[in-house]
Amino acid sequence: MTGKSCLWPVVAMAVSLFFAGHLQAQQAGGQQARSGKASAPIDLTGYWVAVIIQDWRWRMVTPAKGDYAGVPINAEAKKVADTWDPAKDEAAGAPCKSYGAPGLMRGPTRLHITWQDENTLKVETDYGTQTRLFHFGNWKGSAGPGTLQGDSIAEWETPRAGRGEVPPPFGDLKAVTNHFSGGYLRKNGVPYGTNAVLTEYWDVFKEPNGDQRIMISTRVADPQYLSTPWLTVLHFKKEASGAKWDPTPCSASW
Amino acid sequence: MIKFLKPVPRWGLVIVIAFIGVSLSAEVDLSGTWANRGHQDWLDRGRGPDVVDYLGLPISEAGREKALAYTSALQSEPERQCEYYAPTYMVLGPFGLNIWNETDPVTSKIIAWRMGAWIDKDIDTVWMDGRAHPSKNAFHPYSGFTTGVWEGDTLTTRSTHMKVAYIRRNGTPTSDQTTLTEHIVRHGDILAIMGIIEDPVYLTEPAVMASIWEQDPHANVPRMSQACEPIAEDPRLEDGTVPHYLPGKNPFVNEVTQIYHIPQEAVMGGAETMYPEFRKKIKDKYIRPEKCDRYCCGPVTDPALKCIRDGSGKER
Repeated sequence: MTGKSCLWPVVAMAVSLFFAGHLQAQQAGGQQARSGKASAPIDLTGYWVAVIIQDWRWRMVTPAKGDYAGVPINAEAKKVADTWDPAKDEAAGAPCKSYGAPGLMRGPTRLHITWQDENTLKVETDYGTQTRLFHFGNWKGSAGPGTLQGDSIAEWETPRAGRGEVPPPFGDLKAVTNHFSGGYLRKNGVPYGTNAVLTEYWDVFKEPNGDQRIMISTRVADPQYLSTPWLTVLHFKKEASGAKWDPTPCSASW
Repeated sequence: MIKFLKPVPRWGLVIVIAFIGVSLSAEVDLSGTWANRGHQDWLDRGRGPDVVDYLGLPISEAGREKALAYTSALQSEPERQCEYYAPTYMVLGPFGLNIWNETDPVTSKIIAWRMGAWIDKDIDTVWMDGRAHPSKNAFHPYSGFTTGVWEGDTLTTRSTHMKVAYIRRNGTPTSDQTTLTEHIVRHGDILAIMGIIEDPVYLTEPAVMASIWEQDPHANVPRMSQACEPIAEDPRLEDGTVPHYLPGKNPFVNEVTQIYHIPQEAVMGGAETMYPEFRKKIKDKYIRPEKCDRYCCGPVTDPALKCIRDGSGKER
């Protein structure tokens, strides 16, 4: 290698770092300028139905008291779950404890997903007639006590786009939800606490026959009632219309 | 300056392109060891499902009849002791996952992803080099034949040429005409796979299942399964008997209904049992059991937790 050509690695590195930094700056600037709706790399809107083959006994019907199979509860959670009394919840006007986001999404539900505004994705369920709001941009969580659905901060995860390029038409939705009022992970009173954090990754897949499916990879971390984060994955199939949309109220027992 | 830079070495440009290419790449590195935490399908994947439990499975009448004829004693036959599951087991099995790739030494392109074997599954090889699937009359190996393409940052695979296998570990069958489409995604330390299983013989609709793993460099996940040597473990089978239940004679048909109070029409499966509206059919028939008294908890990771972990009904 000659003395002149020895400089080439340095030049090459400098040029590539310049481009890499420029790409990141472009992307950061682009994200600030574009709303959650405008920058969506995937389309989650429409009606979707849960297709329940896995964990059917725990998702389609209310299992027996004391059935915690699959949930990495700690001893404290068992104490709480063993006191579960759906009649008491109903009497106390709290039939929706299992319809908070960490439990809701595993329920036998349809989803209706729409854009509420440029930076808010609305996810409604007919099971329990609940609404989750995914906030993009610089939205700040609400003050005051936690809520059933908590505060969801959302972002699109996409590969970096090049200078002047439109972000590639793929990626996923990452949503982190906290600030809960507490509730049940499972219909039969397996609890989660107010400090639980729900992290979700939403992917959309299109099949050659036209079917579309959402897969949601989910992690629930709860220092109060779980000994390790609860890791599960769900999926929904797109429907052509809302013809089967069937809102039902919360029920503590069914 | 321009003069000084001449001539431009090719490898200098390669470095520039490589650096930029990294930030534009859609392909994801799937390699590593991935632990299955067992939080989903804990009983199905662990001690196994109940003997007659077809809940949520879109099985055909033929699939149901074949499943009802099944007894696990069948696995004691010497010719079946070392059988593997088909690649569909990827979204049914309980094990961790070891993934690596094979790289072309000339082009440095990845020509295949290897999804490691388990004690009861062969290595799945996902060919990424564009090769075609073999003739439909070609041999069906335990691994099937799988090709893959990147769709954005998702690896989509398609498996054919599988052997007859099971979609649930209680004898619910899949035929050798089954196909599997997988969507494999990685989100940081999470790996998730959606499997779409289609079978014109034993299913009336695609059966869609998903699995999730967590990256764990300490997970001791082998790439290869250990050698299996069949033995004569049941003298009653030495005369050629094939264990089975005759139609209408399966003694476990009512077990799930008796234990969990799930109505028979749900236990017997079928496509309608997958969808939320099926609950209306059984709402007035299902009476929740008062208390769980078998296989009530697990995986247990809190040493202070005492609960009913098995069929004994006792907390420990």
